[in-house]
Amino acid sequence: MRHPTDNLYYLVFAALMVLLLLTVGVSRYELGAWSLPVAAGIASVKAVLILLYFMHVRYSRPLIWLVAGAGFFWLAILFGLTLSDYLTRDWPALPH
Amino acid sequence: MAEHSRALAHHFENLEQQRDAGELGMWLFLTTEIMFFGGLFLAYCVFRAWYPAEFVAGSETMDVTLGTINTAVLLTSSLSMALAVRAAGQSQRRRLVALLVATTLLGVVFLGIKSYEYHHKYEEGLIPFGGFPFAYDTGRRAGLVTFLNLYFLMTGLHAFHMVVGIFMLLALAVLAWRGGLLGERSLPVHNIGLYWHFVDLVWVYLFPFFYLIAVRSGGH
Repeated sequence: MRHPTDNLYYLVFAALMVLLLLTVGVSRYELGAWSLPVAAGIASVKAVLILLYFMHVRYSRPLIWLVAGAGFFWLAILFGLTLSDYLTRDWPALPH
Repeated sequence: MAEHSRALAHHFENLEQQRDAGELGMWLFLTTEIMFFGGLFLAYCVFRAWYPAEFVAGSETMDVTLGTINTAVLLTSSLSMALAVRAAGQSQRRRLVALLVATTLLGVVFLGIKSYEYHHKYEEGLIPFGGFPFAYDTGRRAGLVTFLNLYFLMTGLHAFHMVVGIFMLLALAVLAWRGGLLGERSLPVHNIGLYWHFVDLVWVYLFPFFYLIAVRSGGH
């Protein structure tokens, strides 16, 4: 099996640290409705780096791509179908 | 017939098939973990849409400095884990043991900081279950209770995964010290590494979702 080099691991680690500082820095600005998408976006870039390099998906067989992809595909179904309901209905006011 | 490697179990054709099967099994387990945590993240999104102001108020009770340090600790442990997997594949015994021990220690540091944070929440009266004193009986109680319940449930489940991972890392370190897990026998290090990175990946989302949604001074 092919492996990334140690130097590539150090590079990915440096990128993850920069993204950590970025997400903390951005959180100091009031982004309103954008704060969740921005935070989730930066976290997803970090997640993809971890998946592709630390978890070797980039160097793995197509079958591993399929299994990992299926996991996130079903996660997308779970989120897509549920939130399309909850975020579009006019729900009655909740107790405080 | 080609010579038989002693690392090959009799029910596999060859080492590559054995390794592929083991790796596939680990990934199947990880897909169940994606859905396991996924349901909780979905609950977070629904409740955040219902209680936006209360989630901001809840996030203001979090210590961003400790959270940032803990994220850095966990990312560093992922680096040492990735290097350990490589050391195992290259049969570098001493380096493998050192990196496994380093990963374990970083995991313990993470749990130590997390325990301190939980204790601080107790002192501030911010544990809304189990009969602990809860200081918030004024307005917006339901939303804040929901936020804190999700915080303890999700970070607690994550911390439980860390504890399991730490015990597995210790077992790997002992086996590596005895001269196992090297070269063609390194699959367990690779698979526990996948688990450890996955737990890191979950935290990558937990950190901004709980610590970073408060509107703090210093911005505009």
